[in-house]
Amino acid sequence: MIKVESLTKQYAGFTAVDDVTFTARPGRVTGFLGPNGAGKSTTMRIMVGLTPASSGYAEVSGRRFADLPNPGLEVGVLLDASAQHAGRTGREILTIAQRTMGLPAGRVGEMLDRVSLTDDEADRRVRNYSLGMRQRLGIATALLGDPDVLILDEPANGLDPAGIRWMRDLLRGYADRGGTVLLSSHLLHEIEVIADDLVVIGQGRIVAQGTKAELLATAGTLVRTPDVHQLAQALTSAGVSFTPSAATGSQDALRVDADPGVVGRVALDAGVHLVELRAADGAGLEEMFLELTADTQRETLTEGAAA
Amino acid sequence: MTATTLESAVEEVARPVRPTPARIPMSRIVSVELRKSFDTRSGFWLMASIGILAVVATGATILFAPDDALTYGNFAAAVGFPMAIVLPMVAILSITSEWSQRTGLTSFTLVPHRGRVLAGKALVAVLVGVVSMLLAGLIGALGNVIGTSINGVDPTWNISALEFGYIILGNLLGMAVGFMLGVLIRNSPGAIVAYFVYSLVLPTVTTVLAETQEWFADKQPWVDFNYAQGPLFDGDISGQQWAQLGVTGLFWLVIPLSIGLWSVLRSEVK
Ligand SMILES: Nc1ncnc2c1ncn2[C@@H]1O[C@H](COP(=O)(O)OP(=O)(O)OP(=O)(O)O)[C@@H](O)[C@H]1O
Ligand SMILES: [Mg+2]
Repeated sequence: MIKVESLTKQYAGFTAVDDVTFTARPGRVTGFLGPNGAGKSTTMRIMVGLTPASSGYAEVSGRRFADLPNPGLEVGVLLDASAQHAGRTGREILTIAQRTMGLPAGRVGEMLDRVSLTDDEADRRVRNYSLGMRQRLGIATALLGDPDVLILDEPANGLDPAGIRWMRDLLRGYADRGGTVLLSSHLLHEIEVIADDLVVIGQGRIVAQGTKAELLATAGTLVRTPDVHQLAQALTSAGVSFTPSAATGSQDALRVDADPGVVGRVALDAGVHLVELRAADGAGLEEMFLELTADTQRETLTEGAAA
Repeated sequence: MTATTLESAVEEVARPVRPTPARIPMSRIVSVELRKSFDTRSGFWLMASIGILAVVATGATILFAPDDALTYGNFAAAVGFPMAIVLPMVAILSITSEWSQRTGLTSFTLVPHRGRVLAGKALVAVLVGVVSMLLAGLIGALGNVIGTSINGVDPTWNISALEFGYIILGNLLGMAVGFMLGVLIRNSPGAIVAYFVYSLVLPTVTTVLAETQEWFADKQPWVDFNYAQGPLFDGDISGQQWAQLGVTGLFWLVIPLSIGLWSVLRSEVK
């Protein structure tokens, strides 16, 4: 279990993590989402004691990370797979971790098998590793001590499709056996498939959290029209709330907090011509993500329709 | 969508509770750190260079020194010169590579107390320093035996165990300076350059200053750390000179080292 309580991190007048509180539970995969620079990596670094928090705290398995007697056996951490000595071989890097944790030497070979690095590859220097091979090595290091908790920052980064599938099954299996998995990722499809719970962060603040089912079941109607502006006005005067939607990838859609029937009525009365009208449930994670983080996005995808 | 709704939706899956693992012992940290100083090509050759340079320096002394200069003291001086450069590099790189190569991300999460990792590195540095000096002393002694027998003169053993102990201490101080610059600068090229400024440029400046400024000449032993270390290498150090070593060491080593350790403990590793 991971518990994060009112965590705040300030850098010279800039707040990278702002009062973040959430819990990642055993038996669940918790997806940690947010746009670039939202503060995911910073939050994870604070959890494992690499970055001091300005205020608030994080606990892993009921203790502060620094109070874990042998953290590798309780928490598997992968923050940045390229943060390795380029001159060491993959096998040597695992051996150092294995010795630090006090595990039997045979564990290194088991882990190399587990992440599908061949003996030949394991004896190459990390300098000559591909991105995906580094990622596999980082995952092997995290899994080495058979920990109860995994903290993984973009673990799927650089993995090939088979690797991503493998990763998904691995994390699912881990959680099903009672482990706690916290992972950040930009691969929303992956998160959607694997995560049970979601924590969405934007500009250092949590913008949404809950189970995936809850968050994605946000009811409402998706409506598409070439005349967004006029429909928006009609909806406003009808007292129905709505948000611009990025579901179609362009700026001609709104997500309305009302049944399709109501929206159709409003459109008819206003004489707005619709090209699509449907219940918005089943809206994907991508749409949810873009909507929730719209204010904090770099690219203002839904600009214009916001009127 | 708060933590409460999340809580209600979760069915707990129990994982067998495992006993709390034992704390990582210091001996293990030391052995891992020792391994880390050998397990890269650059680390390996840096260590190997200690032996290689000692042999080269000894060989050069046999070849080029005049017969009457074939004393153990001269062999020791020849062998000691490369030691005084290589050993501090070992200390510097053991610290800075955690930052320059970013291995600290793993090291400081596997052992979540940076002080313990640094203590392990310090112990390894002392171990490497003492063993290297003994090895260098041995190579120099072999050179003395071989050199004098080739040239048909009697070997002279003009360094006592105590004097040799002082020389080892002097070299350990050099490593401590490297360690200090490592924790203070935390960047390999930066710390290496700083070490050469500290140990080569600074003494030149103070020497010139002492030669030209009388007021400085009197005070030099009390303010110049490099100068105060001189007696250790000359094999004779008086009570007053120990005091001078202590005072200069406080300012040039202990205080900056404390600042460096303090900043390592509270800095961000990324
Ligand atoms: N030492 C620092 N000084 C100033 N700002 C910093 C520092 N470290 C991080 N930041 C800022 O904190 C913010 C959060 O960065 P972080 O790496 O946590 O983002 P992220 O959510 O992991 O992004 P990404 O998805 O791109 O990995 C960024 O704006 C970053 O520039
Ligand atoms: Mg990041």
